[in-house]
Amino acid sequence: MKIDLEDTIAAISTPIGSGGIGIVRLSGDKSVEILDKIFRTASGKKAAELASHTITYGKIISHKKTVDEVLVSFMKAPKTYTRQDVVEINCHGGVQAVNSVLRACLDAGARLAEPGEFTKRAFLNGRIDLLQAEAVSEIISSKTENAKRAALSKLGGRLSGKIKELREQILSAEAAVEAAIEYPEHDDEIVTRLSARQTAGTVLEGVRELISRADFGRIIQNGINCVIMGRPNVGKSSFLNYILDEERAIVTDIPGTTRDVLSESVSIEGIPLNITDTAGIRQTGDVIEKIGVDRSFEYGENADIIFMMIDGSEKLTEDDFRILDFIKNRRAIIIINKSDKKSEVEPEELEAYAEKENIITVSIKQNHCVEDIFRRLKAMFLGGEIEIDDSACVIGERTLESLKKAEISLMNVIDTVDSGFPEDFISMDFTDAYAALGEITGETLEEDVIDKIFSEFCLGK
Amino acid sequence: MENNFIADVCDVAVIGAGHAGCEAALASARTGLKTILFALNLDSIAMMPCNPSIGGTSKGHLVREIDALGGEMGKNIDKTYIQNRMLNTSKGPAVYSLRAQADKARYHREMKRTLENTEGLDIKQGEVTEILTNENGVCGVRLESGNIYECRAAVLCTGTYLMARCLYGDTIIESGPNGMRNSTKLSLCLEKLGIKLQRFKTGTPARVDKRSLDFSKMDIQYGDENITPFSFENSPEDIYREQIPCHLTYTNAETHRIIMENLHRSPLYGGVIKGTGPRYCPSIEDKVVRFADKERHQLFIEPEGEDTNEMYVQGMSSSLPADVQLKMYRTIAGMENVKIMRNAYAIEYDCLKANQLRLSLEFKNVKGLFSAGQFNGTSGYEEAAAQGIVAGINAAKYVRGEKPLIIRRSEGYIGVLIDDVVTKTSKEPYRMMTSRAEYRLLLRQDNADLRLTEYGYEAGLISEERYQRFLKKKDDIENEIKRISKITFAPKKEVNDLLSRLGTSTLTNGVKYTDLIKRPEVTYMDLEEIDPERPSLSPDVCEQVNIQIKYGDYIKRQMEQVEKFKRLEGRLIPEDIDYSKVPSLRIEARQKLEEIRPVSIGHASRISGVSPADINMLLVYLN
Repeated sequence: MKIDLEDTIAAISTPIGSGGIGIVRLSGDKSVEILDKIFRTASGKKAAELASHTITYGKIISHKKTVDEVLVSFMKAPKTYTRQDVVEINCHGGVQAVNSVLRACLDAGARLAEPGEFTKRAFLNGRIDLLQAEAVSEIISSKTENAKRAALSKLGGRLSGKIKELREQILSAEAAVEAAIEYPEHDDEIVTRLSARQTAGTVLEGVRELISRADFGRIIQNGINCVIMGRPNVGKSSFLNYILDEERAIVTDIPGTTRDVLSESVSIEGIPLNITDTAGIRQTGDVIEKIGVDRSFEYGENADIIFMMIDGSEKLTEDDFRILDFIKNRRAIIIINKSDKKSEVEPEELEAYAEKENIITVSIKQNHCVEDIFRRLKAMFLGGEIEIDDSACVIGERTLESLKKAEISLMNVIDTVDSGFPEDFISMDFTDAYAALGEITGETLEEDVIDKIFSEFCLGK
Repeated sequence: MENNFIADVCDVAVIGAGHAGCEAALASARTGLKTILFALNLDSIAMMPCNPSIGGTSKGHLVREIDALGGEMGKNIDKTYIQNRMLNTSKGPAVYSLRAQADKARYHREMKRTLENTEGLDIKQGEVTEILTNENGVCGVRLESGNIYECRAAVLCTGTYLMARCLYGDTIIESGPNGMRNSTKLSLCLEKLGIKLQRFKTGTPARVDKRSLDFSKMDIQYGDENITPFSFENSPEDIYREQIPCHLTYTNAETHRIIMENLHRSPLYGGVIKGTGPRYCPSIEDKVVRFADKERHQLFIEPEGEDTNEMYVQGMSSSLPADVQLKMYRTIAGMENVKIMRNAYAIEYDCLKANQLRLSLEFKNVKGLFSAGQFNGTSGYEEAAAQGIVAGINAAKYVRGEKPLIIRRSEGYIGVLIDDVVTKTSKEPYRMMTSRAEYRLLLRQDNADLRLTEYGYEAGLISEERYQRFLKKKDDIENEIKRISKITFAPKKEVNDLLSRLGTSTLTNGVKYTDLIKRPEVTYMDLEEIDPERPSLSPDVCEQVNIQIKYGDYIKRQMEQVEKFKRLEGRLIPEDIDYSKVPSLRIEARQKLEEIRPVSIGHASRISGVSPADINMLLVYLN
C-alpha cells in the first residue's frame, strides 16, 4: 500500500462519456498553484485570489490554447471532502473535453489519482470514518439504484449510529460491573450479573439483526443469483428472454439447443438478479451435452434461488424427477409452464418438493401469470415487508467479521452468567464485544470504561 | 555562598522517604549499593497522611507484587495491621482484594526500624535543593546547607511536597501534607534541568476524636476471621492478632444543605485551587454537587491506630472552611457532638509530566535520574511503593551498567501502572484500578509470586531460600495439575454422595476430575475425600490448582490475547526514528509520538491521540 498525502492529485470525477458536464477534481496543497497555471478568469483575477467555496467562470488554457470554457469551484482546506485544498473544474461533458482538462492539470504538476484516492485522503485526514470510507467505495461500485441508496444511508452514518448505540449499552453494563468490582463496599445496590446478562441479550439481538441484514445487503449489492433449471425444451430460454426482454438465448423447438450457460444481470422492480440459464437436463450420450448438464447442477449448487421449469403439457418424466430431487431441500420456485396447453401436471403433485406458494403455473408464451414469479421472489428475499430504501444497510465483509466476533463475545457473556461464573469473567467478553464493534467504526477502548464509571456512579473515598 | 563541601559519596541517592522512597532505598541498598535516603523530616518516614489503610481493589495486588519482587510494604503492614479483610470474594479470583487497616504510628516506626537496620543504607534529614549533573548525567545532590553528596544515580520521590500548600476555606498554609514543611527550591532546579512540571491537587478528610463519637448509631465492621497476610513470606499464624473494627455511617439531607449553602466558600469552587483533582477521590462538595439526587453518601470511621483517639472519616474529604466542616460533620448520625482534631484540607503540589520518563522510570533527558511515586502524578501509597521498588532496582542496575527491569502489562499491575503513567498524559492523579489491567484474569493477587519472584531474584532482592521454596511451589502446582488432568471419576456411590452433599448434580456417567472442579459448587479442595492418591500439598498450592483448573478456559483465552499483545510489543520502533519523515501522520499524533517516543508499536498504540490509522501509517513506514 502506497500512501502519499503530499502530492496534489487529479482525476475525472464524473462517469466518462455520459452527462452534459464533466468534473475534474484536484486535491492537495498545490491545487491553487496548478489551477493558476491553466485557468484564466474573465475578470483577470488570479486563482489565488478566489474566495473559498465560490464558483468562478473562466477558460482552461494549455500550451497557449483554450481547452474548454469552464466553471471552477475552489474549496479551501480544511472544510473540504479531503480536508485538503480542493478545486473542481466543471467542463463540458463527453470524452474529449474532460480528458483535455485533466491532461492540462497533469501537465501543470498534478498526479493522476488512483481509484478511491480522494476517499482515502478523506479517511486518512479524519474527515470520514472507516465505515463511511467503505460506503463511498460501495457507492462507486454498487450495481443498482437501491444498492446505491443503501450505501448512501450508510454514508449518512446510520450503521455507525446503530453500532454506537449498541456500544453505549455495553459500556454502561460494563461500567456497572467494573464499579461493583472496584468499589466492593459501595452502598448503592449495583446489580451486575443479571443486568449484564440482560444487556448482553439485547445487544446480541441488535448485532444479529445487523448480521442478517448483511445477507440482504450482499444481495442488493451483488444481486440475487438465480439459476434456471429444467429438462430440455420446457421454456427456460423463453423465460430468460422474457426477463431480458430481448432474444439473447437461442429459442428453438429442438431439444438441447442451449448447451452452455448464459448469464445476465438485470434489475426487476429494483431487485438485482443475476440470472443464469443452464443447459437442459436429460440423460444423454452426447459428451458435450453431458458437460453442459453437469455444469447445470454445479450452478444449481451455488444459486441463491433455483427456478425449475416444467412443461405442464407433458407428464412428468424421469429427468424432471431428477431435478425435483435436487431442488427438494433448496430454495426454489417451480414454474409449471405452458398453461395455454392442456394440463398434464397438477401443482399438488409437486408439493412434496416445494412449498405450495412456490409452485406457480404460467404461460410464458402468452405472458400469463409470469408476474407472480417475481412477486413471489420479492416476498422470499425481502420478506415482502422490508422497504429496500428504508432500513437497508450495506455491510461489508470486514464489518460482518467484526459483528460475528461481537456476537460470539456476547454469547460468552450470557454463558458466563448462566454457568454461575462471577462478575470478573463477564468483563473480558464485554470488553471484546465493545472492541469488536469499535473496529467497525474505527474507535478504540482507551479510557471509556473508567470515564463511564465515574460519570455514572458516585464513588471514591 | 555555596560551601561545596563534599559530605559523603554514595552510589544511589534517594530523595524523599515516603512509600516510594523507602522501597527505592531498600531495593538499592539490598543489592549491595551504598545508598543514602534523604527526608525533610525523619519523623515522617513512611508517613500515611491520608487513609489509614493499605491495599484494597487493585492496590492489594500492587502490594503483593511488591512483595514478590522483594519489597517491604507487605511485610510492614503485616507487622502493623489492626484489621485485615479480603474484599470482593464473590466476584471472581482475579478481583479478590486484600486490605488492611494500619496503625499509622507503628507503620512509620517499623519501616524506620527496617531502614535503620539495613546494611549500606544511610538516612539523612535535610532538604535536597539541587540535583547536580555533569556530562555523564547525575553526579550528586546538594542540601540546603550547601553540603554535597556525590552519587552515580538519584531517585526523586518527593511526593506531594514540592511547592505544596494546604487549603480549607480561605485558610492557606504553605506546607506539605499534615503540617510537614514543604520543599520550595527543588522545583526550580528541576525546571533548569529541562524537566516539565504540572500542578495537581488532592485532599483528605478531618480526623476526629473517638471520645466524641456515638458508635451505637453506626454500623460496625469487623475484619475477617481468617486473615490473609500480604507477604508471601508470612503465614496467617505468624501475624495473628486481635483486630479493631471500623464503623459505617451516612451523610443526610441536612449535611447536603449545609454544603450547598457554603459552596462559595470552598477554594475549589471559588477558583483559588488551580490544580486538577482526582475523580476517584472526590471531596464531599464534589459528590453532593455532581450526584445531587443521591440522598446520602456513606462514611467509614476508621481508627488511625491502636494508641490514639484520632479517627479518619473516610468519604468526607473537603476544603470547606473550618466552621462549615464542624457544622456539616455534626449533622451526621453518631457525630452530633464530634470534635475535630485535624481539619480536612485540600493540598496542591508540583508534580512531573511523567511522559518525560522511560519505562525504566529514568528521565529521558537526564541520565541516572529516576523518579517514582506521587511526584510522577499518581495517587496512593501502594502506587508509590510499586514505582519506588522498580526505580530503586533500576537505579541500582544503571549504576552496575545492567539492563533495566521492565515489567510488561501482561505480567503485573506494576507493569500496567508504569506503562500508563509514562504513556498516557493524565489530567488528574493516576489511581490503579483493576479495569486498567487488560489481562487481569492472569494478574491475580494470589499468583503475584508466581509472576514476579523470578524478577525479584534476578534483581538480588529474594533470598536463595525463598527462591527455592518458590521453585518447589511452582513444581507442586504443575505436577498436581498434570496428575489430576488424567483422572476420571466413575459414578460411584462415594462420589455421588459427596456431590449431593456439595449441592451439585450427581453422575450417571464418568466425568473428568477437571470438569468437576469447573462446576460452580465444587472446588478442588472439596474433592479430597474421593481422591486417595492426592499428595499432601500446602494450602497455597491447592488454591492455585483450584483456580487454574476452575477458570482454565478463561485463563487460556486471556493467554491467547497476551500472545497477540506480545507481537505488537515485539514490533520495536528504532530509537532514532524521525517522526517528521513518517508520511500522513496527523499533526496531533506526530507531536505525541515525538514527545513520548514509544519503544514499540504496542506502546505507540496506547498513546491517547494516536489513532489506529496513525498506527497503520507508522507500520507502513517501518516496513
